[in-house]
Amino acid sequence: MADKEKLQAYWKENLVYIVVLLSIWFAVSYLFGILMADVMDPIRVGGFPLGFWFANQGSEIIFVILIFVYVKLMNNLDRKYDVHEP
Amino acid sequence: MSILAWTWIIVGFSFALYIGVAIWAKAKTTGDFYVAAKQVHPVLNGMATGADWMSAASFISMAGLIAFLGRDGAMYLMGWTGGYVLLALLLAPYLRKYGKYTVPMFVGERYYSQSARVVAVICAIFVSFTYVAGQMRGVGVVFSRFLQTDINTGVMIGMAIVFFYAVLGGMKGITYTQVAQYCVLITAYLIPAIFISVMFTGNPIPQIGYGSQVSESGAQLLGANGYVLDILDKLHTDLGFAEYTHRGAKSTIDVFMITLALMVGTAGLPHIIIRFFTVPKIRDARASAGWALLFIAILYTTAPAVAAFAKTNFIQSVNGVAYEDAPSWFKNWEQTKLVGFEDKNGDGIMTYAKDPAVNEIKVDRDIMVLANPEIAKLPNWVVALVAAGGLAAALSTAAGLLLVIASAVSHDLMKNVISKDMSEKTELVWARVAAGVAVVIAGYFGINPPGFVAQVVAFAFGLAASSFFPVIILGVFWRRANKEGAMLGMISGITFTAAYIIYFKFVNPSGNTAANWLWGISPEGIGSIGMAINIVVTIVVSKLTKEPPQDVQDMVASLRYPRELAK
Repeated sequence: MADKEKLQAYWKENLVYIVVLLSIWFAVSYLFGILMADVMDPIRVGGFPLGFWFANQGSEIIFVILIFVYVKLMNNLDRKYDVHEP
Repeated sequence: MSILAWTWIIVGFSFALYIGVAIWAKAKTTGDFYVAAKQVHPVLNGMATGADWMSAASFISMAGLIAFLGRDGAMYLMGWTGGYVLLALLLAPYLRKYGKYTVPMFVGERYYSQSARVVAVICAIFVSFTYVAGQMRGVGVVFSRFLQTDINTGVMIGMAIVFFYAVLGGMKGITYTQVAQYCVLITAYLIPAIFISVMFTGNPIPQIGYGSQVSESGAQLLGANGYVLDILDKLHTDLGFAEYTHRGAKSTIDVFMITLALMVGTAGLPHIIIRFFTVPKIRDARASAGWALLFIAILYTTAPAVAAFAKTNFIQSVNGVAYEDAPSWFKNWEQTKLVGFEDKNGDGIMTYAKDPAVNEIKVDRDIMVLANPEIAKLPNWVVALVAAGGLAAALSTAAGLLLVIASAVSHDLMKNVISKDMSEKTELVWARVAAGVAVVIAGYFGINPPGFVAQVVAFAFGLAASSFFPVIILGVFWRRANKEGAMLGMISGITFTAAYIIYFKFVNPSGNTAANWLWGISPEGIGSIGMAINIVVTIVVSKLTKEPPQDVQDMVASLRYPRELAK
């Protein structure tokens, strides 16, 4: 039984990671790049209006980071719950 | 040496490289043919996925598309990259754990239904053919523009090359040629971009360059000082266009829905999903999605910089300039009819403006990438490299799609529906035959492009978004999802999406305006709603009907853990 609980705990932690990372995924693209463009654009970073930068560059860069963060988190989680591949 | 001579040499060399790689990576088993024996290193798989994903359109047309859409063009940048986050977090590791060869096979086993599998096969083949026709055409177009051959001759040459390495090498051959093709295409894309960025801003990183101020020499070339984007915004308002960095013609909801449909569609495209079956481990599947997106993002973050530089330079060096003083690249590309000048007011000066009655310049968006090496005054071999890059992008995507078609036919139809006790050797022969036939059909569509190809690209993404994506996600994350739910969900999602697109693209194209759209959502973005319908129907119907058999539920549970657990 203990094993079963352990597996459920593993899955729950995985789901938390997914929800948190996908919230960031949503925020940087849909929120900053599209929905909040009028609020973000008056803020300037160099020559970029901020909303324009998120839509053109920021979201893509952050997407890459999100995946590698997930890879790292899951490799640790697999080991923590002893379900990692040999 | 002339541009033409350089182009034949570099293109010829790149083709020889692909053929050499294919001979080296010949497939010996069905495992080799379908999933490269699951032995591909995650970084190499990332490169292969990048080449698989970035098509002729990404390479040649995307920067131009952005240059003319301005801010709205970002929906392609976000839409065609964000799907990889969904793949890495929600799909790739679980499908890799499942460990079989094709997407329809997963759908069939998870929903314990031969008919679900057949529906999935039909979707996979339809989506892939839609896409591949455009790629073969792309090969022909690159040949005709750079090598001055007939478009059809170009398509035939492309067919011969793809036929050779896809039929011989299967997934194994395709994977390693795609790695080579990625290297060719990214080099060809970055060199002109870096030089243009240096020329205007002195910064060798285009991603930063187009957010900087122009350098002293750049100011002379562009005749203006300050930030590149400010110069571009001002040029746009002066000529009557909307500001480049501000909202364009599309409504917020439409941009939102198109971005979502592209992201979800990306994550549901079989030729991308199948790439994650080729790595040795589950953790490799996750990592390889990260590498894939990194390699893709290198091009996708460069494209908007190229767009901004090329558009600024284009307006500055053409608008208000006497036709006799037009830059040499303008005269060169005029012969291909990608740019043109019609002296409406007879003053001999070229005028570029939003108002079609005043505007005298005709411009094809592809010029934003194709003319770059000449604009940056780079040597002839760089122009040749761009040709090889465009071909690499088109060929690699075509090969990946053809493999999906081949494996759907040989593995999902021949082996599992028609003749279950087929030997592995026979199956491999069938896989090769299917790949060969698919190349020929794709080539036929490349030579005789059906007029609707451009119209149906929205279809490919809409269909993938409203069929595969919800069914796979629910199949992994919700044990209770059953056959009845998935079948009705897929059918209602596809029917709604297809009906909406067919109505506005074919039945009533003149009514294809925002006023007539459902909640202002264009056919390009409707896949998002199709996806939502699929999810809701699957959940409601599954709840109302009986739960899936125990062995299926056990299979779903086992997908969640990387290691097989002792009972």
